[in-house]
Amino acid sequence: MSDSTLVISILAAAITAGTPILYAALGELLTERAGILNLGVEGIMLIGAVSGFIIAVVTGNSWFGLAAAMFAGGAIALIHAVLTVTLRANQVVSGLALTLFGTGLSGYLGKSYIGIPVPSPFTIQPLGFLTDIPVLGPVLFRHDILVYASYGLVVFLWLFLYRTRPGLFLRALGENPAAADSLGSNVFALRYLYIVLGGMLCGVGGAYLSLAYAPSWLENMTAGRGWIAVALVIFALWNPWRALVGSYLFGGIDALGFHLQVSGVTVSPFFLNMLPYLFTILVLVFVMIRQHGRLTAPGALGLPYDREER
Amino acid sequence: MATPFIQMQGIVKRFPGVIANDQVDLTIYPGEIHALLGENGSGKSTLMSVLDGLYQPNAGRIIIDGEEHKFGSPRDAIACGIGMIHQHFKLVEPFTVAENITMGAKNGDFWLSTEKIKQEIIGFGAKYGLHVNPNAYVWQLSVGEKQRVEILRILYQGSRLLIMDEPTAVLTPPETAELFSNLRRMTEQGCAVIFITHKLNEVMELADRVTVLRAGRVTGSMERSQLNPNQLVQLMVGRDLAGRSKPIQTELGPVVLNVDQIEVLNDMGRLGLRALSLSLREGEILGLAGVTGNGQRELAEAICGLRHIEKGSIHLHGEDITNLNPSAILDQGVSYVPEDRLGMGLVPDLTIIENLLLKNYQQPKYSGRWLLHAKAIEENAAALVEKYNVKTPSLHQPVKILSGGNLQRLLLAREIATIPRLMIVVYPARGLDIGATNDIHQLLLDLKANHTAILLISEDLDELVALSDRIGVLFDGRLAGEFPANEVDLDELGLLMAGSGQTNGGEPNAI
Amino acid sequence: MPFSWEKRLTPSKFMLLAVPCIALLLSLLFCGVFLLITGRDPVEIYVAMISGALGSTYGLSETIVKAIPLMLCGLGISVAFRMQLWNIGAEGQLYVGALAATWLPLTFPALPAWVMLPLMVCLGMAGGALWAFVPGILRARWQVNEIITTLMLNYIGILWVSYLVYGPWRDPKGLNFPLTAQFPDAAILPFWGTSRIHIGLLLALAIVAFLYVLFNNSRWGYELKVIGSSPKAARYAGMNITRNICLAMLLSGAICGLAGMTEVSGIIGRLQPGLSPGYGYTGIIIAWLGQLNPLAIVIMSFLFGALQVGGYMVQTLGVPAAVASMIQGSILFFVIGAEILTRYRISYTGCKGGRSDRE
Repeated sequence: MSDSTLVISILAAAITAGTPILYAALGELLTERAGILNLGVEGIMLIGAVSGFIIAVVTGNSWFGLAAAMFAGGAIALIHAVLTVTLRANQVVSGLALTLFGTGLSGYLGKSYIGIPVPSPFTIQPLGFLTDIPVLGPVLFRHDILVYASYGLVVFLWLFLYRTRPGLFLRALGENPAAADSLGSNVFALRYLYIVLGGMLCGVGGAYLSLAYAPSWLENMTAGRGWIAVALVIFALWNPWRALVGSYLFGGIDALGFHLQVSGVTVSPFFLNMLPYLFTILVLVFVMIRQHGRLTAPGALGLPYDREER
Repeated sequence: MATPFIQMQGIVKRFPGVIANDQVDLTIYPGEIHALLGENGSGKSTLMSVLDGLYQPNAGRIIIDGEEHKFGSPRDAIACGIGMIHQHFKLVEPFTVAENITMGAKNGDFWLSTEKIKQEIIGFGAKYGLHVNPNAYVWQLSVGEKQRVEILRILYQGSRLLIMDEPTAVLTPPETAELFSNLRRMTEQGCAVIFITHKLNEVMELADRVTVLRAGRVTGSMERSQLNPNQLVQLMVGRDLAGRSKPIQTELGPVVLNVDQIEVLNDMGRLGLRALSLSLREGEILGLAGVTGNGQRELAEAICGLRHIEKGSIHLHGEDITNLNPSAILDQGVSYVPEDRLGMGLVPDLTIIENLLLKNYQQPKYSGRWLLHAKAIEENAAALVEKYNVKTPSLHQPVKILSGGNLQRLLLAREIATIPRLMIVVYPARGLDIGATNDIHQLLLDLKANHTAILLISEDLDELVALSDRIGVLFDGRLAGEFPANEVDLDELGLLMAGSGQTNGGEPNAI
Repeated sequence: MPFSWEKRLTPSKFMLLAVPCIALLLSLLFCGVFLLITGRDPVEIYVAMISGALGSTYGLSETIVKAIPLMLCGLGISVAFRMQLWNIGAEGQLYVGALAATWLPLTFPALPAWVMLPLMVCLGMAGGALWAFVPGILRARWQVNEIITTLMLNYIGILWVSYLVYGPWRDPKGLNFPLTAQFPDAAILPFWGTSRIHIGLLLALAIVAFLYVLFNNSRWGYELKVIGSSPKAARYAGMNITRNICLAMLLSGAICGLAGMTEVSGIIGRLQPGLSPGYGYTGIIIAWLGQLNPLAIVIMSFLFGALQVGGYMVQTLGVPAAVASMIQGSILFFVIGAEILTRYRISYTGCKGGRSDRE
């Protein structure tokens, strides 16, 4: 393999490996923009992965699997919404509970599906003439359809957040829910909506792992990607474009580790596997030092909204 | 007069442990300025939050244009043409003025069209004399400008009734005058205004009609022209005002605090204090007037070691305490009653005993190297609660259930018990009723008589004049002027607070 | 809705006790529905779980065996949680504690027990403390989110253990299994009779007593309480927050690290991957359920020990052991959901449009 094709294949692999993280990060971004911290991403991704997998195996159609993953992700996120919005529970603990529950439930449901192949996984569908663009073509346009959809999603979310009225209200919801409320927007309903939408995206992230990336089911197959997604949202300063860059960076580290292993570098695979986690910590430290501890986080992130709080 | 625009009948609103509104009636006519007068805690803000749809009443009816309405949320109130400006502005700080105002639009487009909105804002501003820059970010604006944005937003969403909750509390005198003229212009266009206040002079100056609340009930509702200030006080307080105790002239001792040309950054990382100097003697009260956000908090925190001093120095009894850590400065006898009583001064979830321990838990009397002496701690707490007349069901209650007056008494009790040489008090009477205010003022005067130097930071000019020996004005992180308290000219003070009358380039003279 | 939430002035004492019980019942019901949907008989499974965990001497002793690491993790976590430091890295701290403790018998196998065991305890605690200190200092110094750093360190700690047992520390006589050599007898914690209950139980109970005094009667405990409730007030009172964050994380990690030491030295007798079935995560639930109170954490850890053992027991019915972690997660849901009952009371307002949560 020549150097340039190696680089291209690593870059393309970075995008594939980054895509599940990207979906999850976008979901979390949406939720956090509404002022709710959801630390259940890991659990939701697992639920998405397992339910998508099971439905895809049962029906033989991965699209049904994807729909099931979205539905399951949204449903499980709904629990978080009930707990944090209506019952004003501690968002940190609720998110942790979600992860623990999701891990347990996915392990329970998926037990008998370990080792089964997906009948029709999402496969690479090169985008015609676009693949002929030098370097960018094979890197960006030689993927499966879910990767293309994620490009669109980033553009859409960015436009939505900064160019539309509902997006303006979404941002207000996270910055100052009392302001949004006094202007007549329904803080409770909207927070429910964005938590569930965020959960659906996390579900898609999980399903991407089990239906396109792997494609198979393994217990705990997310291996911390949900948590990396949570960290990425901080790294991204709540901006979809930066989330995209961050996800591919992490994907790149994943892919690089894999390529190093294949090319016979004599580093223990365990150390290579540590890289994404180590990198997450370093990135967070870097961001925090550069921001002097002052983040542009949504002002009301993590706080329950109680209208009559006096 | 015309038919009523809004009638509130028999409104009852309960909070845990309190009845905030008890069978309250209120009638508003179109085009009038209606003052809602009452002491803090009399239920004015609650009543208006009910009218705004933010709170749902436990009983009572709201009738608008002859039709009964039930408000489930502010959205319903907005639909009926009611808009409220709260004491804490409901603006989104990281957004621009245009974005904030467009959020109020009734039927906005899906896509944000900022250009169109900016034109409309400028047009609206011209009509009512409310000028703001639509491109500015809200966090960049002064308090007066933020208030203008709030008014614009309410007009923009088509409201016919504007409710303002103590709008002048945060304004300088010139800003207040401008607000009043804007409000009159709005009523000429047919808009009604409800104006919540506890200041009599504002009622006499501005209102067409007045409704007075006391302890959650209406004690009177009439035309302003039929009233004089004494009647209003009677209705509001239920008794005549007792004369305030005058400060005792104590012999001023040696200089306790000497602040020399300090510069400090604010939370936004910009200069919060600019070469500020002042000094303070034993037994002296130095009052600092000024609109919030002109360096008050930064000054108090710099002296207490809670904020890093970039330049300059602070001396306490001749010893350099610049940038010592907070506990070292505490040990030097510096005591601080912060504006943020519940959260900084007191820990809401801890009990009264635990809160009274906050400043002295390291003293040998109350703890050894490792363990606390529970008995001594509890006895001390009981003694302080008794001595300072803090009303509480038990010493083991979390302090967050106490009323504002009791919180402040508790806080002062703890701080005075440390026998401070220097006491910094910020907005000591904010939000307290007249009785509690008098108690707090008396405590400060007693402390002065005991030769403590007191730095009193306040927005309330009456309070400052009543207590201080000298009064200075904080503006934009500088000391903009300083007078002996008996020579104070309130007009001049107002001008200094607003930033005019400042001698350019001249250093404020420290004594 | 004709019902509304009314805020209580002080938390209800009755509800503080009732909530965990209600939550446990509701979560059994909730998971029962899941089991039913997936074609299992929840009653049969629950009965098997209970009788498996509590119905025999073996089951009971195993419950206690599982309760030891759970208790230690729950206690360690409670120290950090009291300061609003969300240390969810107990799992990693446990692994690194086990790793550090293992180093001694592998390097100096000839040490006598009275030197070996105390040193292993110290090493285990030091390992866990180090693993928690890194997030602690990052948080104290630069406000780096400790939730994410502690979690990332879990993965790194576990991978590190894997690296050692697959590589340098692998037992040459171990038929290529990823295991270290068996510890010498001097490195094994004393245990009771024929059961696997080891002296780590006493260590854990000693820590309970220590934390009880620390939280309720000590100067440092008071500082922790103030910092946890209101950092602003703590700074105002002259407390050193940076130092206390680091200290709290050190103590928190040390206790979790001890859990790792007692597992390798008391139960397994060697270091191996998969050393913990998620004790560090279950510890979070236990700490929260015990309302960060050391005595309540003891009770909760026995309950969850039983749940864990019950989970293994139902595997004979062909049910995955993950059913136990599913129940655990859902208990936490119901507990935090029901906590609102301690802070609010539900009142019937009757009138339409009466406030409150309109959704």
